[in-house]
Amino acid sequence: MGYEAMLKHVLAGLVIFAATTGCTRKTPVAAPSESSDDSHRAQVAMTGDILIGEYGSMTGGEATFGLSTHEGVMMAIDETNEAGGVKGRRLKVIALDNQGKPDEAAAVVTRLITENKVVAVLGEVASGRTLAAAPIAQQHKIPMISPSSTNPQVTEVGDYIFRVCFIDPFQGTAMAKFAHEKLSAKKVAILRDVKSDYSVGLATFFAKTFRQMGGEIVIDQSYQSGEKDFKAQLTQIRSKKPDAIFIPGYYTEVGLIAQQAKQLGIKAPLLGGDGWDSEKLYQIGKDAINGQYFSSHYTTESTDSVVQDFIKNYKAKYGKVPDGLAALGYDAAKVLVSAMERAAELTPKNIRDEIARTKDFAGVTGRITIDGKRNAVKPAVVVKVDGTVNRYVTTITP
Amino acid sequence: MTDAAPSPQTRFRRSFLAPTATFAVLLALGGILDRTANGYTQLIFLFMFVNMILALSLNLVNGFTGQFSLGHAGFMAVGAYVSGYLSVLTMGVGARLMFLPQPFEFLNFPIFAVAGGLAAAAAGYLVGLPSLRLRGDYLAIVTLGFGEIIRVVLLNTKAVGGARGMPGVPAPGELVVGDYVFSPFFMNYLWAAFWLTTTFFVLWRLVRSTHGRGFQSVREDEIAAEAMGVNTTKMKVQAFVISSFFAGLAGAVFASATKYLNPSTFQFTKSVDAIIMVVLGGMGSLTGSVIAAIIVTMLPEFVLRPLQEYTGVDLRMVIYSLLLIIFMISRPQGIFGKAEVTDLFKRLTKARGKDGRTSA
Repeated sequence: MGYEAMLKHVLAGLVIFAATTGCTRKTPVAAPSESSDDSHRAQVAMTGDILIGEYGSMTGGEATFGLSTHEGVMMAIDETNEAGGVKGRRLKVIALDNQGKPDEAAAVVTRLITENKVVAVLGEVASGRTLAAAPIAQQHKIPMISPSSTNPQVTEVGDYIFRVCFIDPFQGTAMAKFAHEKLSAKKVAILRDVKSDYSVGLATFFAKTFRQMGGEIVIDQSYQSGEKDFKAQLTQIRSKKPDAIFIPGYYTEVGLIAQQAKQLGIKAPLLGGDGWDSEKLYQIGKDAINGQYFSSHYTTESTDSVVQDFIKNYKAKYGKVPDGLAALGYDAAKVLVSAMERAAELTPKNIRDEIARTKDFAGVTGRITIDGKRNAVKPAVVVKVDGTVNRYVTTITP
Repeated sequence: MTDAAPSPQTRFRRSFLAPTATFAVLLALGGILDRTANGYTQLIFLFMFVNMILALSLNLVNGFTGQFSLGHAGFMAVGAYVSGYLSVLTMGVGARLMFLPQPFEFLNFPIFAVAGGLAAAAAGYLVGLPSLRLRGDYLAIVTLGFGEIIRVVLLNTKAVGGARGMPGVPAPGELVVGDYVFSPFFMNYLWAAFWLTTTFFVLWRLVRSTHGRGFQSVREDEIAAEAMGVNTTKMKVQAFVISSFFAGLAGAVFASATKYLNPSTFQFTKSVDAIIMVVLGGMGSLTGSVIAAIIVTMLPEFVLRPLQEYTGVDLRMVIYSLLLIIFMISRPQGIFGKAEVTDLFKRLTKARGKDGRTSA
């Protein structure tokens, strides 16, 4: 029995040891640990290369998202380093792959912040993965800029989370302005996908803005993604004789809707959001989709010199035309760099404050201003479908 | 030490010795991690516990009962979402409901985790009842299908955020002792270690019980088992339900560790990860599953990730896959086969000519 009694003492000792190491005094639990963290990080950031973290889906089913964004980010960072870096220090990007998994995104961002001790984080494309990582950046008070997560909830996580793309509702507003000002439409019909948050958001804001400008929503029809036949809704819409039809859905259904609208003899132009932006749109919709309009983040046909320089340099560096994600990745990195240049000291807190002050920043995807909710206020471009090419029509400013 | 027949009370007390010792050692490790390790290392350790529980639970079906389930991520998802949703309701930001008040708030999480486990077990029963009459490839495909159904249902459930996911899952409730409070990591760790210990020893005892022999008889020869009076379908369903319960627990621990749930986490690849751990450790070896989970979690993060940063080339998954292939070619039965780590000790003590004491 002596053996068992000894064991008991050892176990009790282990538990007491765990209890004493695992707990802290209650009252000063949050405040001091934060400030000590900050001073520690400031120390790290004061010498040598400036470390910036990036996380994205570089492998897996959505690898093109992560790789495009990464190329855009690296171009911005290389340009900055060639021009002498920030405050005489070079920038170094630590890019980690999350395989397109939200739990990996959380692990990877924790690593970037606690192990690599980066001063800021760039990423992600998919809102789901940004939402997994954002609370970690917020908890450690490290600024994070998402290049292309459009879900409104992303920046609501906290005051250290930003984005350089517009949020879903803005596209609805932009297309309402476009319909009113450029197409001189008075009566518009809406056909929304009730199953998608994105589509409902766009439709709601479109209707609100269009009514405010004195237009009329003559009919508001709905469908569910996955459906194949839209003739019932389209016949109803035809009877109201609208000047334009707003369809904020995804390319699969939109292609079919365009074809069926043409068969029913509907001549009114169709309008949509960036959910249309796919080569598949033309494959499904064929020539019925030609001449229709949708809003997007950026167009290669813009005459702006910032855009043309970006496209030229990107082609020289990677040998291909940059897509929208590359352009947004580039802008996210540039907004961060410009905030760093303005910051008095390169602490995460100072960088955060400067990102929040970003105003009229000339990005590839338009002039970016960060608003009080840490979202980018910036123009959307409207493009016209012409086969597999999207022709630039106009820019809608907020 | 050699008293011939220990009294029932002594036996009862002794049966708690090994689990308590394991839990105490794990807790001490947690205390050290809490003080010395950074957030990343801490998170990976929590993921490791999740993987251990998941691998152990799957081993009961794939290893001990000899059935091939490919949908384990689905049951983990059920546990994660049930426990996560209850936590958000009662402890999340701006929660209106209250389950247990302070000072008992720390008991919220284990209760929710059990609720998650039970929900997963119920899902396991629904899936198992019709599909476990199938064998081999057919069963694998049906379980795969059910795993996907669970994920798609979550994807289309507005209450848990659908494709956007469910953010803001809180850490387990605070444990306050006088003036002192345990850190959120330590509370996460405490419950993860608790559920791991529970899972391990429950399964350890189970597979050595009459019931467990029944499971194994199904694996060895279904017809012979049936001839001996074993109700094979019942055995399979039981193994499946118990296994789903523990997978649900793994999900609950996962939910509070990552603080965010998204259906795309629980894809088919998650099920495959669990199978890799079971096969790597040895089908029918519980300690093997534990060790395999350590390897599968630690290798890509603590060995291959620094290698990637050092070389600048991301060959993480290539090296990882290659290592697995080489390993499985050279040792197809897994690290331990059907043996346990404790068998090694036994062999050692026997070699010294001493009387082998069974552990646990």
